Amino acid sequence: MPAFWILIIVFAVAAAGYVLGRRRAMVSAGGDIRNLHSLPGFYGTNVALSGLVAALVVLAVWTVAQPVLIERSVANSLPPDSYASTAERSLMMADVRRVANGLDQAVEQGAMTEQASRDIRTEFTDIRTRLGEIGVALGSNVTAATLRAAQRYRAMSATGDLWKTILVLALSLGGTAIALARTNMDFRARPTVERGVLVLLIAAACIAIATTLGILFSLIFNTIEFLRLFPPAEFFFGTTWSPSFTGRGGGSQLGILPLLWGTLYISVVALLVAVPIGLFAAIYLSEYASPTVRSFAKPLLEVLAGIPTIVYGLFALLTVGPLLVDVFGAGGLLGVGWMRGGTAVMTAGLVMGIMLIPFVSSLSDDIINSVPQAMRDGSLGLGATHSETVRQVVLPAALPGIVGAILLAASRAIGETMIVVLGAGAAAALSLNPFEAMTTITAKIVSQLTGDADFTSPEALVAFALAMTLFVITLGLNVLALWIVRRYREQYE
Amino acid sequence: MTDATAPLPAARATGRKSSSILELDARTRRRNAAEARFKTYGIIAICLGLFFLVWLLSAIVRNGVPAFTQTFVTLEMELSAEEVAAAEASVVKTSAYRDMIRAELIEQMELNGIETDMTPEVLGQLLSSGEANQLRTWVLENPSSMTEGATVTLPFLAASRVDGYAKGRVTRESLARDSNLSPAHLDLVDQLEEAGIVERRFNLAFITGSDASDARPEQAGIGVAMLGSFFMMLVVLFLSLPIGVAASIYLEEFAPKNRITDFIEVNISNLAAVPSIVFGILGLAIFIQFIGLPQSAPLVGGLVLTLMTLPTIIISTRASLKAVPPSIRDAALGVGASKMQSVFHHVLPLAMPGILTGTIIGLAQALGETAPLLLIGMVGFIASNYPDGVASGFLDPNSAMPAQIYEWAKRADPAFYERAWGGIIILLGFLLTMNIIAIILRRRFERRW
Repeated sequence: MPAFWILIIVFAVAAAGYVLGRRRAMVSAGGDIRNLHSLPGFYGTNVALSGLVAALVVLAVWTVAQPVLIERSVANSLPPDSYASTAERSLMMADVRRVANGLDQAVEQGAMTEQASRDIRTEFTDIRTRLGEIGVALGSNVTAATLRAAQRYRAMSATGDLWKTILVLALSLGGTAIALARTNMDFRARPTVERGVLVLLIAAACIAIATTLGILFSLIFNTIEFLRLFPPAEFFFGTTWSPSFTGRGGGSQLGILPLLWGTLYISVVALLVAVPIGLFAAIYLSEYASPTVRSFAKPLLEVLAGIPTIVYGLFALLTVGPLLVDVFGAGGLLGVGWMRGGTAVMTAGLVMGIMLIPFVSSLSDDIINSVPQAMRDGSLGLGATHSETVRQVVLPAALPGIVGAILLAASRAIGETMIVVLGAGAAAALSLNPFEAMTTITAKIVSQLTGDADFTSPEALVAFALAMTLFVITLGLNVLALWIVRRYREQYE
Repeated sequence: MTDATAPLPAARATGRKSSSILELDARTRRRNAAEARFKTYGIIAICLGLFFLVWLLSAIVRNGVPAFTQTFVTLEMELSAEEVAAAEASVVKTSAYRDMIRAELIEQMELNGIETDMTPEVLGQLLSSGEANQLRTWVLENPSSMTEGATVTLPFLAASRVDGYAKGRVTRESLARDSNLSPAHLDLVDQLEEAGIVERRFNLAFITGSDASDARPEQAGIGVAMLGSFFMMLVVLFLSLPIGVAASIYLEEFAPKNRITDFIEVNISNLAAVPSIVFGILGLAIFIQFIGLPQSAPLVGGLVLTLMTLPTIIISTRASLKAVPPSIRDAALGVGASKMQSVFHHVLPLAMPGILTGTIIGLAQALGETAPLLLIGMVGFIASNYPDGVASGFLDPNSAMPAQIYEWAKRADPAFYERAWGGIIILLGFLLTMNIIAIILRRRFERRW
C-alpha cells in the first residue's frame, strides 16, 4: 500500500478515535460533565494521539530506512566477481534499480504478470527489448546477476512494504484500542495529553540540534573520506587549484590557499565598502536624523537587505562588471587597462558591500541606540559638540558591539555564494590586483558539486572539505561576535 | 537707549583678545567645521546607500521590462485538411508544417508588396525555430479550423534576434559576425513592421510558459519554475510553521533553565548564521545521498529551505511570545487553567500576528534563496514540463524561480539575460507582496501592551 493511503487511514482512525473517546468518557460519566476528571475533549485527544504518534513515527522511520537497508543488502548479495571496484558496483546498483523499476512498470501496465516478473530469466528472454516495448529504456543488456539482484530488490521491497503496512496499521488501531479501553470518567486525561504534547514540543526544539548534527556528520564523514584519498598537506598548503575531471584522481591539484585568498580578498573589499557607509548611516540615523528622515531612510536602506542574493549576482555580472570595465579596462575612461573582464574581485566585492550596508547599519544602529542617554548628556553638558560626543563617548562605548556587528558582516561575506559565483570569476588566482578574476570557497563548492559528480572521486569530495573549512571559519566568527555582543550588552544592563 | 547699548560691543572688541561669546575664535570655528563635516559624512553615507538602491532597482526595471513583450509575426493561415493530412503522413512532420508557414509568409509579403531575393530557408530564419511545432500542436487541438476556405490568424514568435532588433539589443553592426541573421533580414523586418505583420506586444507565455533550450530564448518562460517554487514553499510553510512554533513555545514557556536549554539556544542562533550553501551540502549528503530522495525535487528543496528558515521563524516567534505580558498568563492560571491551557488558549492566539509576520518574512527569504538549490540539482536542467498532479509536483524534477534566473544568467545569449532580469521582476513582485502582507498584518493586528 502506498505511504499516502496508509497516512490517510491512520488519520481517519485518529479522527474516529477522537469521537469515540469523547463519547465513551461522557457515557461513563453518565452524561454529566461534572463527573469527569478532565474536559471531554481531552479524552478524545488522548485516544487520537495514542493512535497517531507511534504509527506516524514508525511510518516515517521505516519509509526512510527501508530503501537504504535494502540497497545495502542487495549490493552485498551481488556476486563479488561481477564488479571490479566500488564505483563499478554503484553503477551496477543503478542498473539494478532501473531494471526493478522497469519490472514494476511492466506489471503495472499489464505487460507482464507478477509471477512472470519474478521468474523471468535472462537465458530465455531478452529483458531489454521486453522493457523497451513498454517505454523503459535501458542503457545496456541485462546480465543474469543484475536481473537476479533486481528481482531480489523487488521481492525485499514488497515484503518490506507489506510489513510496514501491517505494523503501522496495527500500531494505529492498537494504540487507539488501548487508549479507548483506558477511557473512563476517572482517567486523568488532561495530564496525560499535556505530557504527550510537551514531548512533541521538546522534539520540535531538538530539530535544531538534529540539523546541526546533520551538518556536522555530512561534512565530517565526507571530509575524512576526502583526506584519505588526497594528501592533507597538499590540500591545506597547496598554492594551485586545478581540478581535473578527466584523469580520475590523477593530476588534480586541490590547494585551498588560492580559494581562501580570493574569499578573504573579496570579503575585505566588501567590508571596505559596507563598514564606512553602514556605520556613518547608522550614526546619522540614530544621532542626527529627524524622526521623519529616519522613518523613511531606515526602511529604504533595509530594502537592500531583503533583495535576494541572486539579484545582486546578476547585478554584478551584467551591470557593475561591464561598468567597471568601461572605467578601468583597456581603452576605458581612465585608460589604465587594469581590468580584462567584467568578473573580478572588485565587481564582487563592491556588490557584496552594497548588500552588507543595511546589515552593518541596522546592527550598529541598535547598538548605538543602546548606549545610555546619560553618557551623551554628560558629554554635551561639558561643552563637547555633537560629533565630539559621538566620536569620543558614544563610539568607544559602542565599540565592542560594533566590532561584533562587523564580524557578523564578515562571516556573511565569507559565506556568500551567488554574488561570487556570478561576479567573481572562475579561475583561482593568487594575485594582488583587485581587478583580476579570482574565485572563492563557496564558488568552488558549487562548481565541484553541480553536474554529474561521482561522489567517490576526490574532485567531488573536496567540496565537502571546502564546506567544512567554510563552516569552521563562519562558526568561529559568529561565536566570537555573539560573545562580544553579549558581553557588551551585559555591561549596560 | 541707543546710548546705553551702542558702546558695549565696541568696548568688548577693544578689551581682551577673543573673549567675546558673540564672535567665534579659531578653535571653535574648527570644532564647528568638524561637526558640520561629520554630519555631512553621515548624509553622504545615507545618500550613497539610497543611490545604490535606486541604481539596482532602475537596472532591474530597465533591463527586465522588455522581457514581458515579445515580437510576433502574425500570419493568416489557410489550412486545408489535405495539407495537414499530408504533413502528418510525412516523415519529418514539423518540416512540412515549417514549409507551410514559410509559404504563407512569402505570400503575405507579396500581398504587401515587399520584395526579397531570399530563399524560403533563409527567410525562415526570421521566425523562431519552434514555430512549426507550435502550428502542429494548434492544428491538432483545433481540428475544426481545417474547413475549406476558412482562414485563421495565428501569431508566431519571431526569432530572438529579430526580437532583439525590435528592442534595440541587436543592431546591424552586431549582426555582421552573426551566422543566424543578416542585416538584409532587418530591412525586411522594418518593412514587415510597417505592413503590420511584425509587431511587438505583451507576451503572457513568459510568465506562464516553460523553459526552452539554448537555441530558443524567445520561447523561454518562468511558469514551470514558479510552480516548483510554489510546491517548495508549501513544504516550507507546512513544516517550518508548526515545528518553529512548537520549538519556540517549549523554549519560551516550558524549558527549565539548564545546560541543555542553553545548548539548544546557542545552536539555534548559530544555525541562523550558517552560510546557506552549507545547508545545500546537508541536503545533498543527507536527503539525496543517504536517504535517497530524488534529485531536483521540490520536496528536497523544501526540506532544505525548511531547515534554513527554522531559526528565523523560531527567533521571531520567541520575540512575539515574549511580548505577551505575564499578566495574561497569570490571569489564566489564576482562574484554574493548566500551564498548557494558558499557553495554547491565551498566549499563542495573542502572539499569532507576530508569529505570522515572522513566518511570512522567513518564507520570503526562502523564496529568494538560490545557493542550496544549486547543490541539490535544481539547475542545469530544463524545466520544460508542467507537473501533472500534486505528487509529481513534489517529487518530479523541477526548477525554482531563483534557480531558473541563475540558469538563464549562465547562458551565453544576451536574449536570456533579458529574461533573467524579467524573472527578477516577477520574483521581487512576489517578495514585495509577501512583505506588504506581513506589514499589514503587523499594523492591523499587533497589540502594544
